[in-house]
Amino acid sequence: MTAAISVRDLRKSYGSLRAVDGVTFEVEPGEFFGILGPNGAGKTTTLEIIEGLREPDSGEVSVLGMSPWPRNPALLPRIGVQLQASSFFERLTAREQLRTFADLYGVPARRADEMLDVVGMADVAGTRTEKLSGGQAQRLSIACALVHRPEVLFLDEPTGALDPQARRNLWDLLRGIAGEGHTVVLTTHHMDEAETLCQQVAIMDHGKVLQTGPPAALVRELAHPVKISVESGLLGPEEARTLADGAVVADDGVSLTFTTTEPAPVLAGLANRDALKGLQVTGATLEDVFLSLTGREYRA
Amino acid sequence: MTTPPPPAPGSRAARWQAFRSLSRAMFRGFARDRAAMFFSILFPVMFLLLFGSIYKSSSTPKISVVEVGRVSVLDQARAGSHGQLDQVLSVTHSSSLASALNEVRQGNVDAAVQQQDGTLVVRYSVANPTTAGVVNSVFSGIVQAANQAASRRPPAFQLSSRQVEDKSLKPIQYLTPGLLGWAIASGGAFAAAITLVSWRQNKLLRRLRLAPVGTGSVVTARIAVSVAVGIVQMFVFIAIAITPYFGLKLTAYWWMAIPIVICGTLAFLSIGLLVGAIAKTQQAATALANLIILPMAFLGGAFIPLTFAPQWIQDVSYALPLRYLVVGMQDVMARGDGPAAALPAMGILLGFAAVLTLISVRVFRWDEI
Repeated sequence: MTAAISVRDLRKSYGSLRAVDGVTFEVEPGEFFGILGPNGAGKTTTLEIIEGLREPDSGEVSVLGMSPWPRNPALLPRIGVQLQASSFFERLTAREQLRTFADLYGVPARRADEMLDVVGMADVAGTRTEKLSGGQAQRLSIACALVHRPEVLFLDEPTGALDPQARRNLWDLLRGIAGEGHTVVLTTHHMDEAETLCQQVAIMDHGKVLQTGPPAALVRELAHPVKISVESGLLGPEEARTLADGAVVADDGVSLTFTTTEPAPVLAGLANRDALKGLQVTGATLEDVFLSLTGREYRA
Repeated sequence: MTTPPPPAPGSRAARWQAFRSLSRAMFRGFARDRAAMFFSILFPVMFLLLFGSIYKSSSTPKISVVEVGRVSVLDQARAGSHGQLDQVLSVTHSSSLASALNEVRQGNVDAAVQQQDGTLVVRYSVANPTTAGVVNSVFSGIVQAANQAASRRPPAFQLSSRQVEDKSLKPIQYLTPGLLGWAIASGGAFAAAITLVSWRQNKLLRRLRLAPVGTGSVVTARIAVSVAVGIVQMFVFIAIAITPYFGLKLTAYWWMAIPIVICGTLAFLSIGLLVGAIAKTQQAATALANLIILPMAFLGGAFIPLTFAPQWIQDVSYALPLRYLVVGMQDVMARGDGPAAALPAMGILLGFAAVLTLISVRVFRWDEI
């Protein structure tokens, strides 16, 4: 199976700033791939080179077996690009907007109207895009990117400016799209977004890919201690310490917390003593992976 | 139900479809933009109504005269001129010389006339030298005609004077092409500049670059919409100006104004293109376009007819595309010139458009930064 996207040793500098400094990765067909990193890590520049908006200084890019640079008319109908929620024609309604894009790709208007249903916007079809909420505009923008059934879909920070509720709604939509066999490449600085949506992530910082892999595997490889906490007062401190060797036990008056790399005996012990009230188990996240890779806190 | 297969990318059918849908999107965007509608149609029309009304009756200023007592020379001259003299003079009567002179001093009337046997006494103020001159020549004319009639001999010489222009040339006939030229100029320049800047700002320009749409389709769609708007502007102007109230008389080849409007729209779109390529924000684009169009409206014959303008303005106007648009339209709409008269103006406008477009392409950027 050949990769849908293959990037080899990509470099791009702006003056003395190395925006992209030797990036290599592959995206398999049908995969949901995330490029993850803080702002300024080089995610967007990498994506723009892959889309064909920028010419790399050096390195190779192949999308569906073709080179995206210079502007490749044979490739364009096979990729879909979502740039920003506001990239619309002025003063058109949601339906007109989608139909205009459908026309540009030679897609019938019926398909455009179907897409309104897919993104759940049939009820605001007659609303001008300026009046849509942030989440609705983002959905419409994704619908415009999908109207011609592209094989590869690029999403640049799709949930950037959305409130938590709208983000969750959009995640549901994106999961549905991934289920239909599109290859999706997404950039995000939200670690939780990458963890929930992506099958593979590339963690970037300072123009370099630090690590690639499935989010769960990256977290597991850390062998990071797990935090287990229950309500304070269920167990005495002495008894708590007997549950597990090597666990750090702390009680702040609200919660009794165990920090351990071997959570199984602790959980079993708590269950035997019927002391599971208010149980919370917190494992490592991609933020911890970032911390261990860069030695600094993750700040979006 | 079967649907026809989509046109192949890059084919003529695909380009046509892209052109059509982009034109439709741009036209809707324009028609729904109240500010754009106001500034490109309503605002220039308001100027036309305003200037048209102001200059409507300004062709020859009338002279107001007070007759003190009975002035038989003037009465006979008015009776004998079949109303012609009354187009120049408006006459009132007064029995008191003192009050009549007071009126003249205050500038309420231009002259007071009194007849003392064979002498016509005309009293006027030199506060307005032009009127004073007209008063003098009108009354010396009246006296000479009366003397000539009293001699009972046919006059040895006769004066026959005619205006050089078509007899119907009224202010409306230079106001219409002038203000229409300004409307088309600002419409074209703003449309191109604002489209370019706002599409760059909201990244629609990049989005289109990543769609299988050629730059040609985008540019031709913009041109088509602007040309359509320009022709609408032209017909709205003509419709208003030919009403009996304004009384515009179109000459035989007025329709040659249509190709001039098209060439003019192209020239001013190219100005807008350059402005849009340079400006980073919509505010900057608006300011820059105003900075170019407004002075040009004054210097290029749109607001001040070039025939009445000082020599230096006439000289400067040759460097401005608006001059060729305005004068070209004037020639075929009001002066009665043939279709060939419009060709040099059209050629210059097209050449201007070509040069500016080439420059714009060089400074054009798809993206901010």
